[in-house]
Amino acid sequence: MQLPLGIEVPIPTFEQFVFIQVALLTAVAGLAVVISRNLFHSALALTLTFFGVAGVYVFLEAEFLAVSQVLVYVGAIAMLIAFAIMLTRSMMYGRTSPLNNQWGKSSLFAFLFFIGLLAFARATPWPAAGEEVVADEALIGALGREFVTTYVIAFEVLGLLLLLALVGAVMLARDR
Amino acid sequence: MQVTQWSEALSGWLMGLGLPGWAAITLVYAVGSFILINYGMLSVLLLIWITRKAISRIQDRIGPNRVGKYGLLQTAADAAKLLSKEDITPYEADKIAYNLSPVLSVFGVLMLLAVIPFAPGLTGVDLNVAALYIVALGSIGIMAALMAGWGSNNKYALLAGFRVVAQLLSYEIPLVLAVLTVVLLTGSMRFGQIVEMQSLHLGGFNLGLGWLGVVMPGALIVFFVSSLAEAELTPFDLLEAESELIAGFHIEYSGMKFAMFFLAQFLNAWILAAVAVTLFLGGWQGPGVGLPVIGPLLGLVYFMIKVYGVYVLQQWIRGTFPRIRIDQMMYFAWKVLVPLMIGLIVAQAIIQKLPTPVAVQYVLIFIANVGVMAVVAYVLQKYFREEQMRTKRSFEPTSLIGSMQVSEKGTMY
Repeated sequence: MQLPLGIEVPIPTFEQFVFIQVALLTAVAGLAVVISRNLFHSALALTLTFFGVAGVYVFLEAEFLAVSQVLVYVGAIAMLIAFAIMLTRSMMYGRTSPLNNQWGKSSLFAFLFFIGLLAFARATPWPAAGEEVVADEALIGALGREFVTTYVIAFEVLGLLLLLALVGAVMLARDR
Repeated sequence: MQVTQWSEALSGWLMGLGLPGWAAITLVYAVGSFILINYGMLSVLLLIWITRKAISRIQDRIGPNRVGKYGLLQTAADAAKLLSKEDITPYEADKIAYNLSPVLSVFGVLMLLAVIPFAPGLTGVDLNVAALYIVALGSIGIMAALMAGWGSNNKYALLAGFRVVAQLLSYEIPLVLAVLTVVLLTGSMRFGQIVEMQSLHLGGFNLGLGWLGVVMPGALIVFFVSSLAEAELTPFDLLEAESELIAGFHIEYSGMKFAMFFLAQFLNAWILAAVAVTLFLGGWQGPGVGLPVIGPLLGLVYFMIKVYGVYVLQQWIRGTFPRIRIDQMMYFAWKVLVPLMIGLIVAQAIIQKLPTPVAVQYVLIFIANVGVMAVVAYVLQKYFREEQMRTKRSFEPTSLIGSMQVSEKGTMY
């Protein structure tokens, strides 16, 4: 599209248009997590952020990852809220300020980190960029095979960690 | 059998009329989801009517019979009543959470309709991770319940919200494991393919009776029980307990917002029945679905008959079973269903790696299912017998009140 004064405005395709909405939703929800005055609203916004990230995964044609994201995180957040309500005072009584006197410095470092990430992302040659992605069951199967061949140690250690957590929970909850 | 999806067929037809590709696909999906969502919303009127009639018959009553033929419009009258009720917001309620929660609970359930295969080629989206999608969206319902509990500014609603989280997250695990057995056997999470696998060809004619529920009755039963818990139906309706707890987490809701929770609950029960049918009872498979023209129509009829059959079964249980306590509920999920399912999965994974023909594997899986269930039944029976002895002993009279407190310790923690 050609605006007066010779400014070129790219018209987004339909897919880009939807992507911009999803990305904006994710970013705004992420901001709301940090600056919300109510801990409960922060947790809700965090859920929304995870949904947005799942949406980005869908755009990358990684449906399996998107669905796992919702499955793992949203349920976990519900649990987190339950514990936050039970264990923190500030949630039950009144509102707290999410900012302390270091917010200026931390936002500066966050901004620098963002710049670094941006530079990193621009410098990396993405091997699959612009290619057509084949997304079907074969891809999920390949993922599973990687878990039990190349990444088997990481996978087993993760399993051990979860088992330890489970045993620990049983120990804590046991009737003595 | 090669079936074309309705969306491909329709968008192809529209593109033939000269529409650009993206517009055709958007239009087709918009119309499709409009029809699907409205079907979901309106079918709840029928579902509530079925529930009322079924429970009335069990309780030796006639049930609604005044509004419309056979009382069919009773639910419509109720909806009109609920619409006209005052919309109350509790004092100092969290406005965002309070108002968003009913919307989210309906949203989470309606989204599930998208992947249900109604007939050959009649699926909203034949998603390649449909089995996981069903489970993942269940967590939206959990969030909605917790938001309702917190947003109502009522400590009883909040406690009920915690109970919802506990129950739904606990029963999600046996549910996922039961789905996993099907995925393990069919090698696919795509509902279309899972249903395709359940055909049974006899001399080129599709009998459509190769149901997975026959091969693995154990997984079917676990799925059905956990879906009862996920849908908050009796005997797991201790979250709602309409007559005693006055509906738990949505105690503060009135009018249409209350109706939305109600709608979500009934539709959720129906959809879980549909998923059970898809995974274990052959979906739209039945005698003659392979026929050229009449096949898909027959498939739709078979699917609906099966789903409403399972729904009536759920209501039958609702009308006859007593409610269980919360400790029994947690106990049953973690100490009975989860070990049972893990046993089944280990057995099945080993059997599927055996160098035998597929038919032999199916027989072995069936035997493993029956065997694991028999072991669990035996252990449970033994446990209950010991439990009974202990309870009896503790009832030997010291004083009535003291004995009741002692017996409480002996229950199923």
